Amino acid sequence: MSTKEEREPLFSSKNLKLLRDPLGDNNPITIQVLGICSALAVTVKLAPAVVMAISVTVVLVVANVVVSLFRNIIPPRIRIIFMLVVIAMMVILVDQVLKAYAFEISKQLSVFVGLIITNCIIMGRLEGFAMANKPWPSFLDGLGNSAGYGWILIVVAFFREFLGSGTIYGYPVMEKLGVYNLGYENNGFMILPPMALITVGIIIWVQRSRNKELIENN
Amino acid sequence: MENLISIFVKSVFIDNMVFAYFLGMCSYLAVSKTVKTSVGLGVAVVFVLTITVPVNYILQNFLLKEGALTWLSPGLADLDLSFLAFIMFIAVIASLVQLVEMIVEKFSPALYSALGIFLPLIAVNCAILGGSLFMVEREYANIGEATVFGFGSGVGFLLAIAGIAAIREKIKYSNVPGPLRGLGITFIITGLMGIAFMSFMGIKL
Repeated sequence: MSTKEEREPLFSSKNLKLLRDPLGDNNPITIQVLGICSALAVTVKLAPAVVMAISVTVVLVVANVVVSLFRNIIPPRIRIIFMLVVIAMMVILVDQVLKAYAFEISKQLSVFVGLIITNCIIMGRLEGFAMANKPWPSFLDGLGNSAGYGWILIVVAFFREFLGSGTIYGYPVMEKLGVYNLGYENNGFMILPPMALITVGIIIWVQRSRNKELIENN
Repeated sequence: MENLISIFVKSVFIDNMVFAYFLGMCSYLAVSKTVKTSVGLGVAVVFVLTITVPVNYILQNFLLKEGALTWLSPGLADLDLSFLAFIMFIAVIASLVQLVEMIVEKFSPALYSALGIFLPLIAVNCAILGGSLFMVEREYANIGEATVFGFGSGVGFLLAIAGIAAIREKIKYSNVPGPLRGLGITFIITGLMGIAFMSFMGIKL
């Protein structure tokens, strides 16, 4: 970098936009349609959803920075393999850490930790952003996108756990409120897989009716 | 034989990749606009799953599993390489997809042009890696069972994507509320299809 060129401040408005956009109008799940597979499967309870969100954040941020550091060295023809190796390495690390320190949750997540490798959010951000940008913006982009992914996960998991099992993060809220004595019953349907899809569908509905620009033509 | 049929039916209907485990959702949502292209993708997935699952089964049982290397020398009995599974499986899948692509291009240009862009994209389809990981988790007894499981999972995906594409072609003519158009309604229909598929649950074979 030449000395004349003015250095961009770390949190310039452009950089902040990278962090903010994926939370709303450019959300990876509801707008870019990336990373749906794992998002739906781990949302029966809050605890695995939170762990999943953290794992994806770690993998995406590190992979984004690494690929961005090497972006000028990687031959374009083999970039996919390079990215897969970086991602797979990070996922193995995350998987081993989870097995060591959170074995119960790692069992619940089962194959979905491994499936972070083929999570399209990660490939999509590496290919679409990190290959063309400096490490710091890539870091922010990774953070923003995984936060956008995480909040959808947590919202879906909150509703499914609250309505399906009557608990919040394992705490029996409904029981403490004593609503069971009034004849309230848990909606077991919320625990079943199809309700995850419908919950996400409703989130999309709410988001798009608040921002009319996002409505598709077809 | 009965055992194999049971695994097949189970992997197509009860443990359907899309409706029960949400695998392959990304391409399922992105490529399901017309029936023709979605059947192309579905066939490619069946093809690749049927090949990669048995290959990864061999890898898992003769290389990665704890004590799997005893055929090499008895001293390796307590070696456990299973932490390498992810990177091995993804490498196998990526290279097999490349290989399949070249073979299909050489021997069946018609099929190649029909599958088009979908073949290379399959390497990063979660249904494929998911198939291999489920194969490990469920511990199938022999390679025949693993192959049938791979084939059945692929057929399940094909069924799901062809179904949603047919529904989406029809839904163009109906008046969907604005904010739900496109992605939203597809999610909700998939949910409803999932409920339909749940009626297979509990079938004992």
